[in-house]
Amino acid sequence: MNSITLTIDGKSVEARSGETILDAARSLGIDVPTLCHHKDLLPHGSCRLCLVELKQGARSQLVASCGYYVKNGLTVETDSPRVQRARKLVLEILFASLHENTDIQRYARRYGVSRSRYKRSLEYCVLCGLCVRYCQEVKKADCIGFVGRGVHREVAWIPLSRYDDTCKKCMDCQAICPTGVFPSNWGMASPAVES
Amino acid sequence: MNKLASAQDLENLRQRVAEGNKAGVTLSLCCGTGCGANGSKKVFDALSAELAKRGLRNVTVKRTGCHGFCERGPILIVFPSEICYLSVTPERIPEIVSKTVENGLVVEDLVWRDGGKLFARHSEIPFYAHQKRRLLANNTVLDPTDINDYIGCGGYAALARALFSLTPQQVIEEIRKAGLRGRGGGGFPTATKWEATRSAADPVKYVVVNGDEGDPGAYMDRSLLEGNPHSVLEGLLIGAYAVGAAQGYFYIRQEYPLALENARRAIAQAEEKGLLGDNILGSPFSFRVGIHQGAGAFVSGESSALLSAIEGHVGEPRLKYVRMSESGLRGKPTTLNNVETWANVPLIVAKGADWFSSAGTAASTGTKIFSLVGKVRNTGLVEVPMGATLRQIVFDIGGGMQNGKTFKAVQTGGPSGGCIPAQHLDAKVDFDTLAGLGSMMGSGGMIVMDDDSCMVDVARYFVDFLKEESCGKCLPCREGISEMSSILNRIVKGQGKPDDLDFLEDIAVLLSEASLCGLGSSAANPVMSTLRYFRKEYEEHIFQKRCSALACKSLIAFHIAAAKCTGCGLCRKQCPVCAIGGVAKSAHRIDQALCIKCGVCLEVCPSKFGAVTKMSPASSLANLQKQ
Ligand SMILES: Cc1cc2nc3c(=O)[nH]c(=O)nc-3n(C[C@H](O)[C@H](O)[C@H](O)COP(=O)(O)O)c2cc1C
Ligand code: SF4
Ligand code: SF4
Ligand code: SF4
Ligand code: FES
Ligand code: FES
Repeated sequence: MNSITLTIDGKSVEARSGETILDAARSLGIDVPTLCHHKDLLPHGSCRLCLVELKQGARSQLVASCGYYVKNGLTVETDSPRVQRARKLVLEILFASLHENTDIQRYARRYGVSRSRYKRSLEYCVLCGLCVRYCQEVKKADCIGFVGRGVHREVAWIPLSRYDDTCKKCMDCQAICPTGVFPSNWGMASPAVES
Repeated sequence: MNKLASAQDLENLRQRVAEGNKAGVTLSLCCGTGCGANGSKKVFDALSAELAKRGLRNVTVKRTGCHGFCERGPILIVFPSEICYLSVTPERIPEIVSKTVENGLVVEDLVWRDGGKLFARHSEIPFYAHQKRRLLANNTVLDPTDINDYIGCGGYAALARALFSLTPQQVIEEIRKAGLRGRGGGGFPTATKWEATRSAADPVKYVVVNGDEGDPGAYMDRSLLEGNPHSVLEGLLIGAYAVGAAQGYFYIRQEYPLALENARRAIAQAEEKGLLGDNILGSPFSFRVGIHQGAGAFVSGESSALLSAIEGHVGEPRLKYVRMSESGLRGKPTTLNNVETWANVPLIVAKGADWFSSAGTAASTGTKIFSLVGKVRNTGLVEVPMGATLRQIVFDIGGGMQNGKTFKAVQTGGPSGGCIPAQHLDAKVDFDTLAGLGSMMGSGGMIVMDDDSCMVDVARYFVDFLKEESCGKCLPCREGISEMSSILNRIVKGQGKPDDLDFLEDIAVLLSEASLCGLGSSAANPVMSTLRYFRKEYEEHIFQKRCSALACKSLIAFHIAAAKCTGCGLCRKQCPVCAIGGVAKSAHRIDQALCIKCGVCLEVCPSKFGAVTKMSPASSLANLQKQ
C-alpha cells in the first residue's frame, strides 16, 4: 500500500505515499527547476517553474510537480516539448529579475532564454512567498504576510507583530530569499516599474 | 407556525394556499434590485393607498423579485388578465386601478408597443415571448419573502418525492439522465460530481452554493436568490440528500444585500416549517444550512478560493490536485454548485429527466439564463433553451440593434470569455459550440456590440478588469496579464510595435498553460478571440495608427469641412475647450492642438449641414487640410 510505482521520463520509479512528483523525479536524479519550493514548507505552487506534463492516454495536462502527490500508474514527462515551451515563458519573466540567482541563470541558459520582453522588474521580490511561509510554518511567528492583490501584491510586515522580540534575533527570512538582494522582504522595497 | 411532519402535511398546505390564490385579482409588482432603484417602493405605497381608498379588499399585491426586464421597470403585472405595465410611476396608479383592476381595460401608453402594435399581455411581449422561462417562471408570481407562496406553486414537492419515493442513488441517476451540467462556467456534469462525493469514504460531507457571481454586469444568480430563494434551497436539500450531506452553505457576495436578506429569510422560514433541521418532513434525513457572506472579489468564486474563504482564510486559490469530492471544505468531501445549477434540481426531480432534456441539445440540456446587455434594443435577463442561436437571442428577444446600427460581435462568458463575430450569429449557444468558437458559456454574460466598438479596445477593457482581479499569487497570471494590459494600452494609444502580436500570443500560451487557477488560464480569451476574428483591427492600430471603429481617441481626429460649414456657430459655442474658431456665417475650424476629441461638435452640427466628420488615422487630417 505504501509503495507507489509511477513512470517518469520513461523510467519506472518507486515512491512513498505522500511524496510529490518532484520528490520522485529528484530521486531519479532529474533536475526539475523550482523556485517557490522548499523542503521544509508546504507546496505553494506560485512560481510554476516545476511544471511537468502528466499523460493520461491521449490527454495530457501540465501540473506543478511540487504539489502533485504521487499516485500509482502516473506517467510523467519532465522535459517534453510542451513543458519546455511553458517553462521557457516562465523563465523569461524570472531571469531578468533574478540576476544574482545562479540556479535561475543556469536554467535560463538551458532553455535558451537570453532576453526578457517584460517591463515590470521583480528585482526586489518575485513574490515566491518563501519568506512569508517560512515565518508562518517554521517560525510560527506570522510577522510578515502578503498584502494587496495582483500587481499590487507585496510582502509587508504585519503591524503589531513581534519585531523586537522575534525578528531582530531571526532574519532567517532574508537568507531564504531567492533574489539575493538585501533587504528585499517586509515591503522595505517593492517591485518598481521601470519607466 | 406548525412544522410540516409529513409529505401529506406539505400537500395539504399547498392546496390551502393554492385555493386562496385563485380568488380575485393579483397585482404583481417587481421589487427586485433594478426596479427597486427605479422606485418600486413608491409605486407600492401608491398602490396600497389607492386600493384602500377604493375599498378593494379582494385584490392582492405581491412584491416579487426580478422579472428580467429591469430596463423597463418598475414592472407591474395584473393577474389573471396578465396585463403587463412597464415603467410604472406612482402618479399612474389611480388610472391603472380604476381602468384595469376595476374594469379590465388596458392603459395603452403603459404597455409594450412595437411598430404601432400593442402587446398588453406579459407573455405576448416579444422580449418574453421568445424565451423559455422555467427557472425564472415563478419570479413574476412569487413573493420571495413568503415560503407559503413557494409551497402554493408546488414548492418542496420535489424534495418530498426525493425523500419518500427515491433513494439517493436514484436521485443522482435522474440528474445524470437529465444531463444537467454546471451553470457556473465549466459545464461539468453535475451527477458525476455528486456521485464522487457520495462514494467518498468520509461520512461527513458538505454541499455548497456558489453565489459569488463576480462577472461585471451579470445578475442571473442574484435574481434567482432574490426572486426565488426557495428554489435554490430546495435544490440544495435534494443534493444534500443525494450525496449524504448534513450541512450546507450558501456563499453570497456582500454586494447583494437583498439576495442575502431573502436567502436568510428563506432558511429561517424553512426551519420553522420543518423543511430544515432534524427529520425533515418526518423522514430520517436531517440537514442544516449556513450563510457565508463573501468579500466579493471575482476570484473568490473560484472553487478552492471560495472554500478557503468559508474556512475563514484569505479567499485565494490554492494549489490542490485532489478533487473537492474527496477533500473539499475542511478536508471533507464537498459538492460545490452554482446557484442556477441548484435551482434546476427541483425541476428535474419534480418533472423528470425527460421533461428537462426536452429543452436543449443532446450534450447541453435544459435552459440557461443570460444577461443580455449592450447595443440591443431590449436588455435584461433572458432564459432560453440551450442550443438557441445567437441570432435568436440578439434579434428576436433583444429586438435587434439600437439606432439601426450593424451588429459586429457578441461577447459571451464574462470577462474571460471571447467575442463572436457576425458570421457565427447562427451558432448554437451551448457549452461546446461556444468553446469551439474561442469563447465560453461562463456564467451567462452576453454583451452585444455594434460597429462603434473597437475590438482591440474591448480586449483591453477585459484584460484591464482581469489585471485588477488577479490575486497575484502565481507568476504567470500576475505578470502575464499585467504585461498584456500594458501592450494593449499602448496599441490603442497608437504606440503598438510590430512584434506586439507575437508577444501577446506568447503571453496567451503562458497564461493558459502555466497559471495556477482558472482566472489566469482563461485570461487570454478576450485577446485570442479578437485576434482570431479581428486580427486586421490590431494590425491597423499598430501599422497604420488607424482605428476603423473610430473609437480609440488617440487615433482619431475631428474635422470641419469648409465647403459644408455655414458658420452657424453651434459647435463653437458648445466645444468645452474652445477649440473651434471662426466668425459667424463663415467656415469654422478646429484647433487640433486644443481639441480633446469629445465629439460634441459632431453631435451638435445640424444634420442638414453635416459639416463635422470623425476620421482615423488622425494623420489623414493633414492631407485633407492640404487640399
Ligand atoms: C476566476 C473564477 C471565478 C469563478 N466565479 C464563479 C462564480 O462567481 N460563480 C460560480 O458559480 N462559479 C464560479 N466559478 C466556477 C467555480 O470554480 C466552480 O467551477 C463552480 O462553482 C462549480 O459549479 P457548477 O458545476 O454548478 O458550475 C469561477 C471560476 C473561476 C476560475
Ligand atoms: S521577499 Fe524574497 S522570499 Fe519573500 S516573497 Fe519576495 S522574493 Fe520571495
Ligand atoms: S491564476 Fe491568477 S487568480 Fe489564479 S492563483 Fe494565479 S494569480 Fe491568483
Ligand atoms: S471634438 Fe470636442 S473638443 Fe474637439 S473641437 Fe469638437 S467639440 Fe471641441
Ligand atoms: S516550485 Fe512548484 S510552483 Fe514553484
Ligand atoms: S428588477 Fe424588476 S425587472 Fe429586474
